Amino acid sequence: MRELTCAEALGEALLEAMEANPDVLIIGAGFAGAEEHRAAFAPLRRFAGRMLTPPIAELGYCGVAIGAALAGMRPVVPVGTASFIYEALPQILNEAAGAHYGSAGQVTAPIVFHMRTGIRGAGGIQHSAAPQAQFWNSPGLQIAVPGSPADMKGLMRTALLTSRNPTIFIDHVRLQGVRGPVPDGPFDIPFGVGEVKRPGRDVTIVATSVMVQRALEAAETLARADGISAEVVDPRTLVPLDKAIILASVAKTRRVVVADETQRSCGVASEIAAIIADEGF
Amino acid sequence: MIARLEGLRGAVRAARTRDEWAASIRPLGPLAIESRAEKTIMEGLSTASLSESLRRMLLIRRVEEQVIHFASDYSDLLTGNYHVYIGQEATGVAVCRALAPGDLMFTTHRNHGHLIARGAEPGRVLAEIIGRVDGCNRGRGGIFHVAAPELGVLHTSAIVGGAVPLAAGAALALKRRGGSAVSAVFFGDGSLEEGATYEGLALASLWQLPVLFVCEHNGAAPESRSGGEAATGSHPSRTLSDFPSSLGITSNVVDGVNFRAVYAAAAVASVRIGGGPVFLEARTTGWPVNRGGAAVLPGGDFNLGWAWNPSDAPPELQAWTVESDPVARLANEMVSSAAFSRAELDALDREVSEHSTAAARFALASPWPAPERALQHVFP
Repeated sequence: MRELTCAEALGEALLEAMEANPDVLIIGAGFAGAEEHRAAFAPLRRFAGRMLTPPIAELGYCGVAIGAALAGMRPVVPVGTASFIYEALPQILNEAAGAHYGSAGQVTAPIVFHMRTGIRGAGGIQHSAAPQAQFWNSPGLQIAVPGSPADMKGLMRTALLTSRNPTIFIDHVRLQGVRGPVPDGPFDIPFGVGEVKRPGRDVTIVATSVMVQRALEAAETLARADGISAEVVDPRTLVPLDKAIILASVAKTRRVVVADETQRSCGVASEIAAIIADEGF
Repeated sequence: MIARLEGLRGAVRAARTRDEWAASIRPLGPLAIESRAEKTIMEGLSTASLSESLRRMLLIRRVEEQVIHFASDYSDLLTGNYHVYIGQEATGVAVCRALAPGDLMFTTHRNHGHLIARGAEPGRVLAEIIGRVDGCNRGRGGIFHVAAPELGVLHTSAIVGGAVPLAAGAALALKRRGGSAVSAVFFGDGSLEEGATYEGLALASLWQLPVLFVCEHNGAAPESRSGGEAATGSHPSRTLSDFPSSLGITSNVVDGVNFRAVYAAAAVASVRIGGGPVFLEARTTGWPVNRGGAAVLPGGDFNLGWAWNPSDAPPELQAWTVESDPVARLANEMVSSAAFSRAELDALDREVSEHSTAAARFALASPWPAPERALQHVFP
């Protein structure tokens, strides 16, 4: 199978979505992060008329994109560094998340907020945020936390082309250059379906986002150095969460490590650990 | 057309004093539409449409009285704050009359009047207000979020500036789809205190989106309603419409109590033909018995007879009835024009009162949503 970087896979998903549906718009700061990954998004320039570069007004442009989604568009909003999404929380949490429920299903807000999260080095207090757990506390948002190029592509395609939910798309800044196999042609990955990234017998490692890659490296080291067979389970989305794939793995190995980069208190790892403690042991 | 608007905006920017500024702001929108359109606007207000407009304004008032009764006559039917539209009926009805069926609309916590002005069935509005299953949102919206997507009212936000960017976004969608539909959003003067409003206005201007911003400034003194300064005490602008004007948005000030004036100033035609966003500051004077998040009815329900004999109104409402009540004003205008008799308008009011009473009965008889379905619709 061919190999792409996460940035290239994401660029391909966006290009395919824009080709497939003229209602897909890009409204935001752009996808290009580090200089070396800009080429991955260059083909999108074909659709320059559907790429709106707003002023530095996260609250306003996220709100405008939500309004466009309510009226039938399918915007994807790249806010850049995830810390900037905090500027737009009132529109995302108060308007997008509740619009469908508050209307008893009469309206939807099919919009994707893309953000580069996590510890990148030298990001400081305002360029290192990982807000997935905060969004997990807001009913009405679905959350993708891809950890590989193929998942990056398949989940973005699903969010942009078939899902009717507002989506928080967590793209770790350290994943951009990660290479991995990506099938040829269009393919979708459904939300709520995890994947065993590496089968094993002795211990389960549940990992999200960039920690999937680190967990795979750790599993390789454990196998080589210690003869321990670790199973790496990636839920791929937090909302909806594939509890079954986590619990099935834990039932087999009876040991589990949860690997996630966000805060321990009320965080992704603590929630997954609580679910396992509640329902798995 | 665009060039002409640009020219007028230039004139606004060149005005030196605040008074010159305010005077130059007012005629911008309507002037830009040409006198032919102005004539059409007045022809559009036929005898029949005036009667229909008064009927709708009365219906809003009667439905809001039912809301007040829900809150005051029952112990736990409507707890917490509520915000009635009494005193602003002319604004919502005139703007909605200027809108077309395919247009989109957004509103706020003070939404009941806008919904009824747009054509929502009062029984369903009242049922939603008390969270019942026959409500517009099947009971999931409640008093703060009454909406009616089938009428183009896509979403109602109780965050004062929350709907402003959304309306701009809906306008972006309409512009991309082509056609001539517009988006309209109602919000109070307090919305201008929130950043979302500033950013929404800026984006609408930058991208020339087909959106009508209707700022309902409901705390203006009667003498300031037609123009000039009308500070709110909580926004630094002495004239609220200076604020959108500074972003290059055509801005009009209109007496929101005067139905005909609001209808003429709504400037939907200018937005519809691609003239860019328009900001309408409709100034009304607060209903004296509105007490923040609640209200009382000192003389009982409104009596249309107060329009002709304001001394029959309770003392605290007499001056307001004469100077600031949009319903009494339109009723008096219609009678003065000799096209209608008082008896005809009284008959209209009786019909409306029966409608709102039946609507309240319908709402009260509607069941609560089933508890086991509480989580339905979190996701599609």
